[in-house]
Amino acid sequence: MRLSPDQIIFWQYGFFKLNATIVFTWGLMFVLAVGAKLVTRKLSIGLERARWQNLLEIIVIAIEKQIEEVGLSQPRKYLGFLATLFLFLAMAALCTIIPGYQPPTGSLSTTVALALCVFVAVPLFGIEERGLGNYLKSYAQPTFIMLPFNIISEISRTLALSVRLFGNMMSGAMIIAILLSITPFIFPIVMMALGLLTGMVQAYIFAILATVYIAAATRVRSPGSEPEHNH
Amino acid sequence: MDNMTIIAVASIVTAGITTGFGTMAPALGEGRAVATALTSLAQQPDASATITRTLFVGLAMIESTAIYCFVVSMILIFANPFWNHAIAQIAGK
Repeated sequence: MRLSPDQIIFWQYGFFKLNATIVFTWGLMFVLAVGAKLVTRKLSIGLERARWQNLLEIIVIAIEKQIEEVGLSQPRKYLGFLATLFLFLAMAALCTIIPGYQPPTGSLSTTVALALCVFVAVPLFGIEERGLGNYLKSYAQPTFIMLPFNIISEISRTLALSVRLFGNMMSGAMIIAILLSITPFIFPIVMMALGLLTGMVQAYIFAILATVYIAAATRVRSPGSEPEHNH
Repeated sequence: MDNMTIIAVASIVTAGITTGFGTMAPALGEGRAVATALTSLAQQPDASATITRTLFVGLAMIESTAIYCFVVSMILIFANPFWNHAIAQIAGK
């Protein structure tokens, strides 16, 4: 029984291993990048447009709206990072209908890498929006005693983000593998459908949590938008 | 019972208990959360987008405790470090 696609090794030369996680990650990246490039090659701004362009516009606008609803007023700025996370995770979950495919998010290394991206991106966006001093000061709010707890929460939420995604994707793959050995015909299909749903929900949750963290880090108490009681 | 048997028994029993008890509390919590969300959805259908989004995020937070328990029991069954250690010791003898 495999715990993760790390253990499927396609090719090995000394220290370098080419396991299923790397292969499928690059495959997904290739499909997403080339697909996006092909679709955006001939963009039209008229009323007549290709159906793939329509699809991409729907996706981009929907993600933009979600980001805006969480509280980031300039969704375009964060669209690149957050939408990439969501599209990669959703694609990784969606492709499980292809036989022989193992979701790369079922490996702890992938999810930790993605969570580390969020861990790095949150302070970067925060500093960019509020300046270094203001951002660092937010760790010591409301009082100085909260400083260690704020730092611990920063680390623990990264851990939670990665283990949550890993646990969900791994459990989906493992339940299907176990069911295939017990009731091989109909029942695994039902669980696969459930796995698709879980995968999409987890992709959504990962992206929305990253958005919430960024929104919390970049929240500027601007004098225009809020009334006078901001001190 | 030799060492291997003790480790195997302890791992299997602990894995079952971990998942069994670890999913109980999150299940209760999620049930309460969903029930409350449904009530507020019925009262305020206009706010459904916000309620649904908050519900999903909250459910993910609650669910992650159950997932932790599941991961721990999976590690105990499929990638048990103590078991591997015992096998390595026997092989080294």
